[in-house]
Amino acid sequence: MTEAGNLAGLREAAPSQAELDRRDTEKSQKIDVSVFSVSGSISMDLQTFLQQFVNALSLGSLYALIAIGYTMVYGILRLINFAHGDIFMIGGYLAFYGVGIFAMPWWLSACLAIALTTVFGVGLERAAYRPLRDSPRISIMISAIGASFLIENLAIVLFDARPKAFPVPGLFAANHVVGGIHVASVSLIIPLVTAVLLAILLWIVHRTRTGMAMRAVSTDIEAARLMAVDVDRIVSVTFAIGSALAAIGGILFALKYPRLEPLMGIMPGMKCFIAAVVGGIGSIGGAVLGGLLLGLIELMTIAFLPELTGYKDAFAFILLIAVLLFKPTGLLGRNQGEKV
Amino acid sequence: MLSIRNLSVHYGGIHALRGISLDVPAGGIVTLIGANGAGKSTTLNAIMGLVRASGGSVAWNGEEMLGKPTKNIVQSGIVLVPEGRRIFPNLTVDENLSLGAYARADRSEVEADRERVFGLFPRLEERRRQKAGTFSGGEQQMLAVGRALMSKPAVLMMDEPSLGLAPLFVRMIFDIIRQINAAGVTVLLVEQNAKAALEVADTGYVMETGAIGFSGGGRELLDDERVRRAYLGEI
Repeated sequence: MTEAGNLAGLREAAPSQAELDRRDTEKSQKIDVSVFSVSGSISMDLQTFLQQFVNALSLGSLYALIAIGYTMVYGILRLINFAHGDIFMIGGYLAFYGVGIFAMPWWLSACLAIALTTVFGVGLERAAYRPLRDSPRISIMISAIGASFLIENLAIVLFDARPKAFPVPGLFAANHVVGGIHVASVSLIIPLVTAVLLAILLWIVHRTRTGMAMRAVSTDIEAARLMAVDVDRIVSVTFAIGSALAAIGGILFALKYPRLEPLMGIMPGMKCFIAAVVGGIGSIGGAVLGGLLLGLIELMTIAFLPELTGYKDAFAFILLIAVLLFKPTGLLGRNQGEKV
Repeated sequence: MLSIRNLSVHYGGIHALRGISLDVPAGGIVTLIGANGAGKSTTLNAIMGLVRASGGSVAWNGEEMLGKPTKNIVQSGIVLVPEGRRIFPNLTVDENLSLGAYARADRSEVEADRERVFGLFPRLEERRRQKAGTFSGGEQQMLAVGRALMSKPAVLMMDEPSLGLAPLFVRMIFDIIRQINAAGVTVLLVEQNAKAALEVADTGYVMETGAIGFSGGGRELLDDERVRRAYLGEI
């Protein structure tokens, strides 16, 4: 089957992510066998490894993008933004409607979707979190859970519960065979985009005045207030950055797994939260490490123990439990203590 | 002139400040002494807008400050060095100082002020690129004071600046307070170390359970029987 035909098929049937992962794995194994059947099993294993490594890198990069949003919001407000996965879903849908209904070029649609999702994330903080900032921590957490359910159910009403096939532009769908490794463009683009965004983010956080204020607010919100820092503005900037990254993550996710549904944010959202915790919540480097690690563990396990494919989503939770048992602050986390 | 009238604060059902009144004249040093829990820190936090006052007024050169955001209060020249120093441990000395000047628009003067702070605390300049969390308590207190000076204070309020410091640093901090005041900054000092505080202060207020018990000149209070018994450890 050609890649184009393959994609046309996807558009009609819109197969689930698990199904697509399975196809990826199968495809790569098929290719390995056909190309390397002569050169022996060791080389075949290396090939399989590299193949899966590329896939894992792109999945892990996606996780990292979304995990950064969790970790930044937690760092600033000590709040787990349960609606973050749903913001990711909205990014995907908005990009879909830009192309599908308004017939925009994909890049314009993507930019608009990112901008609108950013506004949405900032608005969510204004409406659902800011009024509760001085209330007990549990109130704002419940508000976040409520916001998540609200967005999911609104999405079912507005976007329709039936899955939609995301139109993948040729640029992303193209397939390359490099040294026997079979790679879709999107799998190369994702880590690249992530690396660029991460560099920009680190520059903002460590080299700008706003970034300095963000670091101050995340260590001691009251002391930051005493420095005449406008804490509300810093919180808005944090939600803007997190939501923009989630939107970009949502669009890239839809390019890799071209199937949209209103509840598509739940599982990636949960996994990326886990990635943030595993890396050490509050730490941007930790979120990236956690995301990459999670992507790697997930796909490598499927690649080498294909019979465990059905348990794919469980690995994240096993990793979470292990980290919480042995290093509760996460791999790169510091003990922040309880905030007063 | 900072003029506080009938300032009240409630924490839940607790009446933490029961309508206190005090005046901090421009150019002076005023100290607020009293036992733990008397409401000294609450007074400072209420002036800064960090805790909500339930009544009263805080007038700064005739302008009402209560109800304004902390940011505006700092920008109008009222600056607090908080209890426990509260420096940003994972930021460098330079970044901590820059945060002190965060809302200032006069960029060139900010750099001059940074040099002035380094003149006052040469230790900070030597270690300007170092993370503040690696500092000793005394050095952190210097940084906290330096950071506050970067906000260009007209009134500098200090909450327990000598708490937990070695005697050498305590002496140094009180020296610095005199120097800052000599440079024209009004000082409102909250201290447990009543003796040292009353020695530098023009006026002292003694707080007892959320209210001002009595007040007087610094020297005068040092000789006051009640103060000697309650706060200077004499029988």
